[in-house]
Amino acid sequence: MSTDTPILSIKNIEVLYSRVISALHGVSIEVQKGEVVSLLGANGAGKTTTCKAVSRLLEAERGEVSKGSIEYNGVDIKTMSPYDMVKAGVVQVLEGRHIFGHLTVEENLLTGSFIRNADSASVKRDLEYVYSRFNRIKDRRKNLGGLCSGGEQQMVAMGRAMMAKPNLILLDEPSMGLAPQLIEEIFEIVKTLNEEDGVSFLVSEQNANIALKYAKIGYIIENGRVVLKGSAKELSESDSVKEMYMGGGGDEVSFSDVKYYHRRRPCMV
Amino acid sequence: MYYREAGRLVKSFADDRRMLPLKEDRLLSTLFVVGVMYILVTAFASDYLLSAIFIPMMVLGVATLGLNIATGYTGQLSLGTAGFMSFGAFAAFNLVLRVDWMYIPLAFFLAGVIAGLVGIVFGLPALRIKGFYLIVSTLAAQFFSEWIFNAYPWFLNYTTSGVVNLPPFHYRVFPFQELTPLNDAFWHSSRGRYLITLTITIALIVACKNMVRSSTGRNWMAVRDMDIAANVIGISVAKTKLMAFFVSTFYCGVAGAMYSYCYIGNLDFMIFNLRRSFLVMFMVIVGGLGSILGSFLGAIFVYGWPILITRLGDWIFGGGTLDTAFVENNSKIVVGTIIIVLLIREPGGFAALWNTTKQKLRVWPFSK
Amino acid sequence: MWEWLPFFLEVLVGGLLSGVMYSLVAIGFVLIYKSSGVFNFAQGTMLLLAALTFVSMTERQVNFWVAFSITLVLMVALGIIVERTVMRPLANQSLLSLFMATVGLNYFLEGLAQGVWDSAVHGVDLGISNDPIFLIEKFPNLGLDIIISQFDIAAAVIAGSMILGLTLFFQYTRTGLSLRAVSDDHMAAMAVGIPLNRIWAIVWAVTGVICLIAGLLWGDRVSVSFTLTAAVLKGLPVILIGGLTSIPGAIVGGLIIGASEKLGEIYLAEYFGGQGIEHWWAYTTALIFLMIRPTGIFGEKEIERV
Repeated sequence: MSTDTPILSIKNIEVLYSRVISALHGVSIEVQKGEVVSLLGANGAGKTTTCKAVSRLLEAERGEVSKGSIEYNGVDIKTMSPYDMVKAGVVQVLEGRHIFGHLTVEENLLTGSFIRNADSASVKRDLEYVYSRFNRIKDRRKNLGGLCSGGEQQMVAMGRAMMAKPNLILLDEPSMGLAPQLIEEIFEIVKTLNEEDGVSFLVSEQNANIALKYAKIGYIIENGRVVLKGSAKELSESDSVKEMYMGGGGDEVSFSDVKYYHRRRPCMV
Repeated sequence: MYYREAGRLVKSFADDRRMLPLKEDRLLSTLFVVGVMYILVTAFASDYLLSAIFIPMMVLGVATLGLNIATGYTGQLSLGTAGFMSFGAFAAFNLVLRVDWMYIPLAFFLAGVIAGLVGIVFGLPALRIKGFYLIVSTLAAQFFSEWIFNAYPWFLNYTTSGVVNLPPFHYRVFPFQELTPLNDAFWHSSRGRYLITLTITIALIVACKNMVRSSTGRNWMAVRDMDIAANVIGISVAKTKLMAFFVSTFYCGVAGAMYSYCYIGNLDFMIFNLRRSFLVMFMVIVGGLGSILGSFLGAIFVYGWPILITRLGDWIFGGGTLDTAFVENNSKIVVGTIIIVLLIREPGGFAALWNTTKQKLRVWPFSK
Repeated sequence: MWEWLPFFLEVLVGGLLSGVMYSLVAIGFVLIYKSSGVFNFAQGTMLLLAALTFVSMTERQVNFWVAFSITLVLMVALGIIVERTVMRPLANQSLLSLFMATVGLNYFLEGLAQGVWDSAVHGVDLGISNDPIFLIEKFPNLGLDIIISQFDIAAAVIAGSMILGLTLFFQYTRTGLSLRAVSDDHMAAMAVGIPLNRIWAIVWAVTGVICLIAGLLWGDRVSVSFTLTAAVLKGLPVILIGGLTSIPGAIVGGLIIGASEKLGEIYLAEYFGGQGIEHWWAYTTALIFLMIRPTGIFGEKEIERV
């Protein structure tokens, strides 16, 4: 696997907002085809910025990738627009769902299919397929998106992304504001989509427990820098990760000891 | 600039609160106002320069400042500037006409107050209506003023032509001043009108600067940036908005009075139309939202551009070749383009350009 | 006791019919505001530009339909150019800056329209008869002795079908759905690959077409000259009453303003010195509505959070 070109390879990027505020400085991430990679970090660590750098939505917020490069299937995406990215098969599911509140659930899903210019028969097939994956929203197809519950909205957002038939989904904080049970359900769907439909995922999460349970590789990002990388197993057994992201693990540790990895150089991939 | 701004320590609160903290700034601005504006210009400028360049630019600058207080500082979009100006102009006219002992500075002040009260009335909807919906109120003020001065001839003292020439009416510039032909001749001349305009303009600038850097102005800006947040920290949004409308229309009212008395010398409700409101709005945009200096730079540019084009045309192609329609269309295209380009490149207008230049001059030639 | 009724109805119907024309102007506004948050002040001048271009061509003996098609193409092109050169660089700026940009655009187009063509007064003849209809002759059994302008009816029918067409377009086509998605949430629309710029360009182009139709109708009614830009001032209270984001609002607002303007002119003007109160009356009506509903009748309530 590792000899193939990775589907996504972020090489040491730096991101500036409004040309002055530095949000990322040295983030390198690699996603192999068919992998679920999780990106862990606290609020403001730079998870969302990383996702937006890949989906090119950064420019709408006056941000830019000032250094480093991002390659999708070995092609530099520097000059591509968000539209091009979706067309090429990279869809971001935004943090906080962002579904179209005044459109019905079905219309929400339809907007995802526009990119492919598909004929109505195949769109209909895709709709049925999405409903089969997310059967919770099937009964709500005629409801306004804004009136759905948080979990349903998350599913609508993911279903909308699936309508574009992506190769890579950037899933930004799917667990935000959801009950533990629902989070489990969402991640089960991620697993199905990954295993049966071959979609690769880059999942940004604060909830390290669940993210590492479903991911193969994990990255930990802190203050705009990747500070730790490893297989999900390694990370979930690492003491510092346990301490910082999983709510305690073993004995009380002195604060200065925990932060030992801060002083290391950002890891290069 | 060419004197050091760094390393000046303030040792008292009074020093800290000075309008111009640097000695050199104070010296230069005094020199400019007294030496250039009062002495040099008054002594040497021709009648044309005074009455067609200096006076209108200052008058329009004051109107722009008025709109800037509402729009730039408080964030309340207003399209009724010319309407508010006409309230001031008509108030001043009727005060001078009907009150025997009235003199000009007081008349202008009261005209401003009357316009300000009108402004409060049309500002009242701002307490409930926000954003673009508010332009309905100021446009209502604009059309209402255009209509009322036309429909009720009392305001124009029943003049049949609809236009009153002002100079034939005597006016006092100081209280209890005697109305002698000599006095009249001086104060009705372009020099006299220039001095009146200049003095009032400077007084209004100083007043505005002080309002803006005190709690009044800070409240305005807080309401502009987010009125709910301002409310939460204990600023009365209603009071602040109405205050801003009052001050804004006060300035517009005084500008209107000066416009008719000092600049065009007659009173005509047709002049204060919607187009003039927009002209003033352009001055605000071009000059820079929320800037006193910008208000005047904007007024100078938007008013001066057509004149410059005409002059240039006369100079290059010989006198009178460019017809007025061409100049008008051309200046519309240019001003329109400049507004769009400025909004894209430098949303702060000329005032921001000035600040950038100043910043560059500070470090020039050691860095750029 | 009911002898005032026919006259009242006549005034009311006249007002409602002219209200449809106001709605037509207002819809262009709503489309652009809904999709991009831009309060397009240049609407009136685009109207003038379209009508002036058309008239100048027909006056030079160009065939009606040829002139119409050329103007149509030009207006669509104008819409796309405006999106490219003005709106795209200003994306993500404050609403006030965007509004001011359209004020600048308004000034620019005004200079352009009159610079390229001229500022004389032109007449347009769309070939619609201007004869009044006496309702009692056509439908004697209604028993109403009302005169209705035939032109007003034709104009209202054209405007009404435009509005209907647009509504269907935005309800049932992909572009329409994309547009509604964009107006709901820019970021999400971009995330699913809806090209914002293309949608904006379409909206501006459609507005250009609306301007052409409205410009011709208004031009036939009041002549093509600089005063045509005042159409924007008629459209303003309409959309403000209806709510800036609602197409049905534009229609209802147009009817309300049209009716109240005519009724006010007939029944109220005498108490106000008898001279044209219609300018500020429309705005006062709008103000009264807004005091009750600050975001118009159908406008979306803004949810503000600190």
